[in-house]
Amino acid sequence: MTTAVEPTETTELTVEHVVTRAPVSRAQRLGAGISLVVLGLVTIWRFGIEGHHDQDASIRLGAVGAENVPHFTVPAVPVAWVAGVLTILLGIVWLLVPRRRWFGPIMGAGIFLFVVALICWLASASEFSTFDVVGTLTSSIGLAVPLILGALCGVMCERSAVINVAIEGQMLAGAWASALIGTLLGVTAGLFAGAFAGALLGALLAVFAIRYLVNQVVLGVVLNVLAAGLTGFFYDVFMQPNPESYNQPPLLENHKVPLLGDIPVIGPLFFDTSVIVYLTYILIVLVDVWLFRTRWGLRTRAVGEHPKAADTVGINVLAMRYRNVIIGGAIAGLGGSYFIFAVGQFQKNITSGQGFIALAALIFGRWSPRGATAAALLFGFASAMQLNLSINAPSIPSAFVAMLPYIATIVAVAGLVGKVRAPAADGEPYVKE
Amino acid sequence: MSEQTADPAAEPQASPPASPPADDAPPPSGWFARLWASSLLVTVLAFVTAMLIGGVLIAIADPKTQAASHYFFQYPWDTITYGLQAAWNGYVALFEGAIFNPNTASDGTLAGYLGPISETLTNATPLILGGLSVGLAFRAGLFNIGGQGQVIMGAIFAGFVGFHYDLPPGLHLLAGILAGMVGGALWGGVAGVLKAKTGAHEVITTIMLNYIALYFLAYLLSVKGFQRAGSGQAISYPVHGSAQLPSLLGGSVRVHGGLILAVLAAVAIGWLIDRSTLGFRLRAVGANQFASRTAGMSVENSYITVMLIAGALCGLAGVSQILGTNSSITGDIDAGIGFDAITVALLGRANAKGIVAAGLLFGALHAGGTQMQSATGTPIDLVQVIQSLIVLFIAAPMLVRAIWRIKGTTAGVGGQLAKGWNG
Repeated sequence: MTTAVEPTETTELTVEHVVTRAPVSRAQRLGAGISLVVLGLVTIWRFGIEGHHDQDASIRLGAVGAENVPHFTVPAVPVAWVAGVLTILLGIVWLLVPRRRWFGPIMGAGIFLFVVALICWLASASEFSTFDVVGTLTSSIGLAVPLILGALCGVMCERSAVINVAIEGQMLAGAWASALIGTLLGVTAGLFAGAFAGALLGALLAVFAIRYLVNQVVLGVVLNVLAAGLTGFFYDVFMQPNPESYNQPPLLENHKVPLLGDIPVIGPLFFDTSVIVYLTYILIVLVDVWLFRTRWGLRTRAVGEHPKAADTVGINVLAMRYRNVIIGGAIAGLGGSYFIFAVGQFQKNITSGQGFIALAALIFGRWSPRGATAAALLFGFASAMQLNLSINAPSIPSAFVAMLPYIATIVAVAGLVGKVRAPAADGEPYVKE
Repeated sequence: MSEQTADPAAEPQASPPASPPADDAPPPSGWFARLWASSLLVTVLAFVTAMLIGGVLIAIADPKTQAASHYFFQYPWDTITYGLQAAWNGYVALFEGAIFNPNTASDGTLAGYLGPISETLTNATPLILGGLSVGLAFRAGLFNIGGQGQVIMGAIFAGFVGFHYDLPPGLHLLAGILAGMVGGALWGGVAGVLKAKTGAHEVITTIMLNYIALYFLAYLLSVKGFQRAGSGQAISYPVHGSAQLPSLLGGSVRVHGGLILAVLAAVAIGWLIDRSTLGFRLRAVGANQFASRTAGMSVENSYITVMLIAGALCGLAGVSQILGTNSSITGDIDAGIGFDAITVALLGRANAKGIVAAGLLFGALHAGGTQMQSATGTPIDLVQVIQSLIVLFIAAPMLVRAIWRIKGTTAGVGGQLAKGWNG
C-alpha cells in the first residue's frame, strides 16, 4: 500500500515546482542586472581605458587574401566606451523595471555589445591585425554542428523522459563506426554507419533504462565508459596497426547551393558547406516541427510530462520512449561522424567532451530544439573566439573564454538569470500499475 | 517488506525507507541474509559475465585467432583453440600484473615479489577515496559526478602547497593533505550550495564544474609561478620531498602513504554513515527529503555538508595523485579517477567496506591491464570495457538473472536515485 501512495505525493510536489516560477524573482532581477553592470564596467576598463588608443579596428567580411571582400575600419576605443555605457544602462533599466518579456533581448544585447567591443579591441591590436567576421562565424558553425546534433539527440530523449548523459558515448561510437565503414565503403555508407552505431548505443540506453529500470544518469555514465573502452580497444587492435585499410575515410567536400550560395556574406556562411551540415539544417527544422506540430510530438511531450495521463488516454508510453531514444541516438551518431568527415581520422576519445557541451546546450536551450540550436551556436562561437584569442591575444587567458559555456549553464540551472525547467517526468522510469 | 521485494518492477520507484540498502537493515533476519546472499551472487555473476565478454574481445584482438578465423568454416577448431589460448594468456598476464608474478619473483628481490600487489594498491588508493566520495553522496541522495573536478582542485591545492612553500617535513605533508582536502571540498561545496540554495541539479552543475576545473588547470599550467620554469610543456614544478607521502615498502615499489589515508577515510566514512548522528541525517535526507524536512532536519544543510565531505574525499584522491603517485601536476593528473570512482561506488553498493573491496578489484584490473598490454599486446582499454560491463550488469540484476537463469529478485544499485532533473 505504501508504494501506491508514493506517486501521488510526487505529482503534488511537481505542481509546487511550477507554482514557484514567479514572474521575475529577486535573484533573477539582481543577478542579471548586476552582471550587466559588471560586464559594462569590464568593457570600459579593459577595451576602453586599457584599449589600443593608437590604432583603429579593421573589420573584414571575408578572408584576407580573397577579392571583393567588404571591409571597414572603426575607432576601437570609442566603440568600447559606447558599448560599455550602453551595457550599464541596460543593466540599470533591468534593475529598475524588470519585465519578463524583455529578459532575453536585454541579456542578448548586453552580450552582443561586449562581443563587439572585444572584436574591435582584437582588430586594433596592431596595424596588421584584422578581424574576419565571416571566417569566425564559419568556424563557429563548424564547431557548433556536432553540438547541435548532440543537443537534438538530447531533446528527443529527454522530451520523452529518458535522461541521456551518454550523448558523448553515442557520438564516439558514431565516429568510430563512420571512420571504419567510411574507409571501407565510402562517405555515404560511413554516414549511415555512424547513425546506426549511435542508434545501437541509444537502443542499449533505452533497454536498460526502460526495461531494466536502471538509474539513467548512472547508465549514461557507464555507457560513456563502455563506448570509450570499446572504441579505444578496437582502435588499438585494428585501426592503429593498419590505418590505410581501416582508418582513412574520405573527407566530405563542400557543395555550393546554386543561387543561395552566391549571396555575398550569407552564401559562403551557410550555403557552401558539406552534406552533413545541410543535413543538420534539415534535422533542426524536422525535430522542431515534429515535436510541436505532429501527433507523435504531442504524444512524446505528454509521455515526458505526465506518463500516467498519457497511458490513460491510450498512448504506449514505453514504445514512445524506445523510438525516441533510438532515433535520438542515431542523430548523435551522425554528430559523431561529423568529426570523422571534417577532421579525417578516428583517434581515441576524438569527441573530447563535446557530448557534455551538447548536454549543456540542451539544458541552456531549455529542452527545445530551437533553444538548443541557439545555445549550441553560442557555444560554437565561444570556442571559435577562444581559438582566435589564443592566437591573436595571448594576454587574455583563452582558458577562461573556454569556460564560459559551462559557467553559463550553471548560471542558467541555478536560476540566477531565469529558471530552466526539465520535462516533469524526465529520468523517472514508468511502470504500469 | 517481503511483499515489496517480491515485486521487482516497483523496486526502483519504491520509497527507500521501505526497501533499505542492504547494510541499513535491522539485525540480520532470514530475509536480510537471503537478500545479501543473492546480491553477492549477482555481483559475482556480473563479474564472471563481464570477464567472459572480455575474453571474447581478447580473442578477437589476437592476431593468431584472427588468421585462423579466415578458414573458420573449413576448420573451426583452430579459431576456438587459439581464441581460448589468447584469452587464457591474457588473463594470466592480468593476474601476474595484479597479484603475483612467478617470473619476476624468481629474482628473489622485494620488488619482484611485491611489485604486482604494490601496483594494485597504488591504483586502488585514489579509487577507494573517490569511491567513498561518490558513495557517501549516493547515501544522501546526491549523485556526485564531479569527482574529476574535485580531484583536479585537490591536486592543484596540494601540489601548490607542496612546491611553493618550504616547511619542515611532517608539517609540510600535513599542510599539503589539508590543502588538498580544502581544494576538493571547495569544488564539491559549490555544487552543494547551488543545490541547497537554488535547487540546481547536482549532476548538471558537477559536470560543468569538471570542465571549469579542467580549463582552470590548463590555465595554471601556462602561468609563471606554476608552470615549471624553462619547460615549454604543461607541467608544474615538482613537489618538494618534504611534502611527499612516504613510500610504504621502501623505494623499489610504488605503494605510498596514500593507502593509509584511504583506509582511514574508509573507516571514518563507515563510522559516519552507520554510527553517527550526521550520517543518520544524511541517510534520512537521501531516503526521503520531504519526510526528513517534516521531522525537522535541514535538508539544505545536509546537501551542503555532504558535498563538502564528498569534495574533500576526492581532494584526498588528488592528494594521493600529486603527493604520492606523481610528483608534478600535468593536464591529466585526474587520470579518469572521477568517473572510475562512480563505478567503484556502484559496485561497492555505496557502503564503506564494499567500496574498499571494489576499489581493490578495479585497482587490480588497472594494474593487471598494464601488464597484459605489455605481455600479450591486448589494449588496456579492455579494462574500461570490463569495468563498465560489471557495473552495467550489477545495475540491471534482472538481466544477469535472465542470462544465468536464476530465480529471485535483487534491487538494482542506485535505485533510490531514480529521479529526474527536477527531483
